Amino acid sequence: MKIKQLSVFLENKPGQLSHPCRVLADAGINIVTLSLADTQQFGILRVIVRQWQEGLDALKAAGCVVNVTDVVAVEVPDRPGGLAAILEAIEKAGMNLEYMYAFTIRSGDKAVLVFRFEDPDAAIHRLQTAGIDVVDGVELYKRTD
Amino acid sequence: MSDFVIENRIWSPEETLPRDRLEALQLERLREAVRRASQVPFYREAFARTGITPESMRSLDDVRRLPMTTKNDMREHYPLGLLAVGRDKLARIHGSSGTTGKPTFVAYTADDLRLWADLCARFLVAGGLQPGHLVHIAFGYGLFTGGFGLHYGVERVGAAVLPASAGNTPRQIMLLKDLQADALVCTPSYALNIAEVMRGEGEDPRTLNLKVAHFGGEPWTEDMRREIESELGLLAFNNYGLSEVIGPGVSGECAARSGMHFQEDHFLVECLDPATLEPVPDGTQGELVITALTKQAMPVIRYRTRDIASLDGSPCPCGRTGVRMSRVVGRTDDLLIVRGANVFPSQIEEALLRVDGTAPHYLIEVDRPGHLDEVTVHVEMRPQFFSDRMSQIQALHDRIAKAIHAVAGIRVNVNLVDPQTLERSAGKARRVIDHRRDKGLI
Repeated sequence: MKIKQLSVFLENKPGQLSHPCRVLADAGINIVTLSLADTQQFGILRVIVRQWQEGLDALKAAGCVVNVTDVVAVEVPDRPGGLAAILEAIEKAGMNLEYMYAFTIRSGDKAVLVFRFEDPDAAIHRLQTAGIDVVDGVELYKRTD
Repeated sequence: MSDFVIENRIWSPEETLPRDRLEALQLERLREAVRRASQVPFYREAFARTGITPESMRSLDDVRRLPMTTKNDMREHYPLGLLAVGRDKLARIHGSSGTTGKPTFVAYTADDLRLWADLCARFLVAGGLQPGHLVHIAFGYGLFTGGFGLHYGVERVGAAVLPASAGNTPRQIMLLKDLQADALVCTPSYALNIAEVMRGEGEDPRTLNLKVAHFGGEPWTEDMRREIESELGLLAFNNYGLSEVIGPGVSGECAARSGMHFQEDHFLVECLDPATLEPVPDGTQGELVITALTKQAMPVIRYRTRDIASLDGSPCPCGRTGVRMSRVVGRTDDLLIVRGANVFPSQIEEALLRVDGTAPHYLIEVDRPGHLDEVTVHVEMRPQFFSDRMSQIQALHDRIAKAIHAVAGIRVNVNLVDPQTLERSAGKARRVIDHRRDKGLI
């Protein structure tokens, strides 16, 4: 049920964001969604791509500092309170949420969010127990076609 | 570290002369050095002004009456105005890179070259080199004294030389693997570069046949020695020299590796407070000032090296009686004065090596955007310490800033950069960019 996320270290200087995006583009890899975290000193680009292994190899070969993290994709009802209810369920279960961001794709009347948990396996189990829909990679990428 | 065991071999009997006999020899040679220097107009005029004659050197302390020689004096006598012999007596000319564009030339007679090879043989043997070894020399062969100095020293020992010269790291690695060199000669930062490139190719640098390495050409630290030794599986030895005095071979480490024995039968060393030019006690850092006692083509009297180190005159278990100098901890002209605090780049390096996750490649940038000095230390990120979590990288960032504050006593901005983006060089790595100098503020 887990999805692979690539995280890329970005130095604090102009043009740093375009470089990894260009590397992925040249490798023919489409970015499904991304999130950018930055401070004044450095940044982290997190991307979801379908061919994550090829993406990882291409980025490494281009000299990027990159690693792979397991994240969880969750369907969230696209209406007021949809996200709040899920976050409350996460809190109640005592799960540690590191960060989250949204997919650009939708699933019917639902939005899809990416969650980074400390322990993704335990998180998936608890989300499913709480009746929250976790989307697996195969299903997710089908919707991007 | 290597399993290779260093025997305490001594190349020249002069290395173990009892102090009283050594000092008597030094005094005799100091008079000869003054006599030879009198052949050079620059020295002859300076001696005449203060009534210096060879006979006026009555004790070694009289060296303090002699005039000093600076790098600038050498520049002013460009190209060969400080020769004490006719040009027809020269056997070789070397040069040191100059920041002003033109090199400073140094010249050697055939006797000077024989002496130089012998001085290099002394520290090579002290550091475990044996006849039959193959030595890979990755110093540049050219005007720089490192390549040729070590080359002839290795031959003098009876070992074989592979004159690989500097640059083209993949080719250096191929040669190291295929020819199975026993010893490596280069700058310490270049040795780390070799290890890093091998690791990048998925190869283990410890599989090389290297047993010892003799490093010089740039300042380095004890932490860097540990890193090089564990990365490359060898024993690393430090040696010191500068072209203005002769080149490598002025001092070098023995198996005890607690300081570099000065070759005092050929060089008279003083350690002076760079501001007052008064001698500092043993163990206190000061500027090394060196007089070449036996060099013929270009005598050099009280050369201000601008290298900061300390001396240790206590006996060494190896039996050599030459005073030991510490590592060069900085240069009088590298000394950064930041918001009134004295900072040596080596202190920043020492701090970085204490923080897991940083490479010993760094660049210090100093600027004064308003009224206050600002220091930014650029440090390479290591892939294994990268995380997708902001908090982890922020923590690494803060650990680096704290370590620098603890060691150097200044607050700096830390800038993490991509690996392999800071300059590595086979020669001296550029570690400091001081924009205040470009702006004419200092």
